Amino acid sequence: MSSLLEMRQVSKVYGEEPFEVHALRAVDLSVRAGELVAIMGPSGSGQSTLLTIAGSLEESSSGEVVVDGSVFSSMSRNDRARMRRRTIGYVFQDFNLLAGLNAVENVALPLELDGVGIKSAHAAGLEALGKLDAAELADRFPDELSGGERQRVAIARAIVGDRRLLLADEPTGALDSINGEAVMRLLRAACKNGVAGVVVTHDAQLASWADRVVFLRDGHVVDQTAPPPGPESLLEPSRSPRP
Amino acid sequence: MSVRHALLALLSEGPKYGLQLRDEFEARTGDVWPLNVGQVYTTLQRLERDTFVESDGGDEPGPQKHFRITAAGSSELSTWLRTPSDTAPPRDELVIKVLVALRVPGVNVSELVQAHRRHLIELMQRYTRLKEDAADDDLALTLVADAEIYRLDSVIRWLDSADARLQREPAPGARARRLEPAPIAEPAQREPTQPQSTRARR
Repeated sequence: MSSLLEMRQVSKVYGEEPFEVHALRAVDLSVRAGELVAIMGPSGSGQSTLLTIAGSLEESSSGEVVVDGSVFSSMSRNDRARMRRRTIGYVFQDFNLLAGLNAVENVALPLELDGVGIKSAHAAGLEALGKLDAAELADRFPDELSGGERQRVAIARAIVGDRRLLLADEPTGALDSINGEAVMRLLRAACKNGVAGVVVTHDAQLASWADRVVFLRDGHVVDQTAPPPGPESLLEPSRSPRP
Repeated sequence: MSVRHALLALLSEGPKYGLQLRDEFEARTGDVWPLNVGQVYTTLQRLERDTFVESDGGDEPGPQKHFRITAAGSSELSTWLRTPSDTAPPRDELVIKVLVALRVPGVNVSELVQAHRRHLIELMQRYTRLKEDAADDDLALTLVADAEIYRLDSVIRWLDSADARLQREPAPGARARRLEPAPIAEPAQREPTQPQSTRARR
């Protein structure tokens, strides 16, 4: 299956010599549709920068980013903005829901901003909430929702319409372990429906919900996990572990 | 894990056959801890010797023998449930490996730590799949998977902490070097790594 997100030799430098900071150094990363990838690493390793560049929220200093076949560097600002509205969904640690809108209005907002009619956007919002078993939250306002419910609405907003790439930065940070796990189950379910997902987390337990874990350090990709062989392997006779 | 007390717990529900005890033990621990039927009968013989269970169906162990818990067995079970588990620090092989590596010339300890971190997360991914695939009402399997995930998580946290300390204070014998970038080509399916057998570990 072809990659939905492709980052080739992407570097990001902030500031100028002699005070420049290399946040990313020649990062290669590809994520297929249907795949959930977790990015882990010590603080300051460049995880959040990777996510914002993949989501076209900032530009790389060098290298190439391709999302759904479109090369960022060859797109106009308007085209990139359209891609952010239509193709890419973002989930943030603090949910970023608008307090004056109810859940379905929050979910439908990106479509309305993209020119979709209110009725169609509302229907798409309800459908996205339904996919996450959250249709019953539609009429409630953010201050009437628990932390887990708010993040569920935020994920619905990130997948509403025909989003292909889901980017999440510490999406479970404010939640307890059970709600955090529920969020990862939702992200995984969204990816199983054909979305490519990238989630930044410090939490190994949450990263273990991903198909692949990529380790960043000092802006470099230093390692990644192999595809898991499946839980049935846990019941097979023991073999010597690989160091 | 005490098989002996697990069998007493199962018998506290009522009399059972040996094979039935094996099947119920495995079902209730999410089939993660397989139990040899011979081990079940050996344990039952010892429990009978200690007057914690009694049986009918003759002296020889076999499938027709029915076991029931005695008053002494109920008391033993009650005491065991309330006794704190052994919290003495285990002689953890991974800790020893990292400590030894600090003194081995030429060993990149950060690389070593990362190799173990990756292995543990791969293992954790498999327990997470086990949990994901568990039926909604299979609480036992979910709890067993959670227990292993939390155990692995604690080891990963220790590795993270050790790694951070090594970055600040390089090892005395073999200096911790920074990790070199790795190619991010599509990962090949590695030989699956296996956890130690549960029975051997516990």
